Amino acid sequence: MSETISAAWLIARKDLAIEFRTRSAFFSAVVFALLGLVIFYYAWDPTAVSVTDLAPGVLWVIFTFSGLLGLHRSFGIEAADHAIDGLLASPVSRHAIFLGKAIANLIFVAAVQMIAIPALVLFYNLPLGDVVGPLIAIALLAAIGLVVVGTLFSAMVVNTRLAELLLPMLALPFFVPIVIAATQATAKLLSGRPVSEADAWLKLLVAFDIVFVAACTLAYPFTVED
Amino acid sequence: MKISWLPTVAGLAVVGTVIRAAFFTPLEAKQGAAQKIFYIHVPAAWVAFLAFGLVAIASGVFLWLRDPRLDRFAESSAEVGVVFTSVVLITGPLWAKPIWGTYWAWWDVRLVSTLFLWFIYVSYLVLRGAIESPEMRSRYAAVLGILGALLIPFIHLSVYLFATMHPMPIVGKPSAPSLPNEMLLTLFLSLISFTLLYFTFVRSRYRYAVERDAIAEAAGQHA
Repeated sequence: MSETISAAWLIARKDLAIEFRTRSAFFSAVVFALLGLVIFYYAWDPTAVSVTDLAPGVLWVIFTFSGLLGLHRSFGIEAADHAIDGLLASPVSRHAIFLGKAIANLIFVAAVQMIAIPALVLFYNLPLGDVVGPLIAIALLAAIGLVVVGTLFSAMVVNTRLAELLLPMLALPFFVPIVIAATQATAKLLSGRPVSEADAWLKLLVAFDIVFVAACTLAYPFTVED
Repeated sequence: MKISWLPTVAGLAVVGTVIRAAFFTPLEAKQGAAQKIFYIHVPAAWVAFLAFGLVAIASGVFLWLRDPRLDRFAESSAEVGVVFTSVVLITGPLWAKPIWGTYWAWWDVRLVSTLFLWFIYVSYLVLRGAIESPEMRSRYAAVLGILGALLIPFIHLSVYLFATMHPMPIVGKPSAPSLPNEMLLTLFLSLISFTLLYFTFVRSRYRYAVERDAIAEAAGQHA
C-alpha cells in the first residue's frame, strides 16, 4: 500500500515538474478562468441579480471548464514519443500510475482555484467573512471528484479520434452532481446561512468522491492493456 | 416465406396495446385523453432502464470473461436504449404541456434524470464510434458502461435535492394515483409488448453487429 502511494507520488512529481518548467497549461487555465469571470459578469444584469446569487454558479461553471483544459494534457503529454509505454513498463502498479496522474491533476486544479477564487471575491466584491474554511472544504471535495473522473477519461480519449471533443462530452455528465452540489453549497454559505444547511450537499460530494476514487482507480488498468 | 416469430409477435403486441389503450381503456377523469400517452411513456421508460441495466451487467461480465458476444450485446442494448430514452423525453413534455402547463419542468426529478441518462448513453455510442481498434473499443465501452450505471444514483439524488429546495406546483400534480383495473391491465400489456419490442430490436441490432464484425475480419485477412 505504502509502495503504491510512494510510486504515485513519484509520478505526480514528474508531471508537476514538467508543468512547472513549461507552465503552458497552468497559465492558459488561469487566464481562461479569469476571462470567464469577467465575461460572465456581463451575461447578467447586475441591478437585477445580486452578485452573491450569481457568484456560485459562475465559479463552478468556470472551474469545471478550466479543469477540463488541464485534464486533457494529463495523458496528452505521455503521447509524445510513446512515453506512456515507458511508464507502463516501469515496475509500478497501474493503480499507482493512475493515482499519481490524479494527484498531479488535483494539485494543478487546486492551484488554478487558488487564483480563481480570490479573483472572484475581488471582482464580484463578495462578503467572504468567516466562510473561507467551509468554502475551501467544498472546493477540495469537488476537485477530488472532478479530477478522478477526468483523469480516467483523459487516459481513454488520448487513444481516440476526436480526443479534444470527446473529453468534455464524456466528463460533463459526470460533473453534473458535483457542480449542482458545489454550487448549492456555496450559495448557502455566501448568503449567510449556517453550514448545517449545506450538509446534504457536502455528504453528496463525499459519497461521490469515495465511489469514484475507488471505481476509477480499479477501472484504469482495463484502459491500458495491450 | 419464412415468418420471423419474435418481430411478428412483438409488432402485433404493440399494435394491440395501442388499440386497446386508445379505444378500450376508459378516459382518465381529470386529464382526459392526454393521460393515454402514459401507456407509451411508462413502458418506454421501463425499457430504457432495462436496456441500460443490461449494458452495465454485460459490461461488467465482459471485463471478466472477455467474450465478444457480451460486447456486441452491450452495444446493441445501448443503442436501443437511447431510442427508447428519446421516446420518454418526447412523450414526457407532450403530456406535461396540457397537464402541467409547461413542456419542461426542472423540478420533475424523473424527467431531468432521464435527460442525463440520454446524455451518458449518447456519449457511450460516440465513444464507441471514435475508437478504431475493436479490442480497445470493447474495453473502453465496458468501463464507461459500468461508470455510467454508478453515476445514475448520484444524478438522481442531486437533481432530487435541488428540486425539493425549489417551489413546486401543487395544482395538477398527480399524487401516486391508484389505477382502476382496466387501466392497470392496459399498462401491464404495454409493459410486456414494449419489452418484446426491446428484445426484437436488440436481436436484429446484434445480428447486424455479428455480420459487420465478420466482414471486418474477412477484409482484414484479405489485406
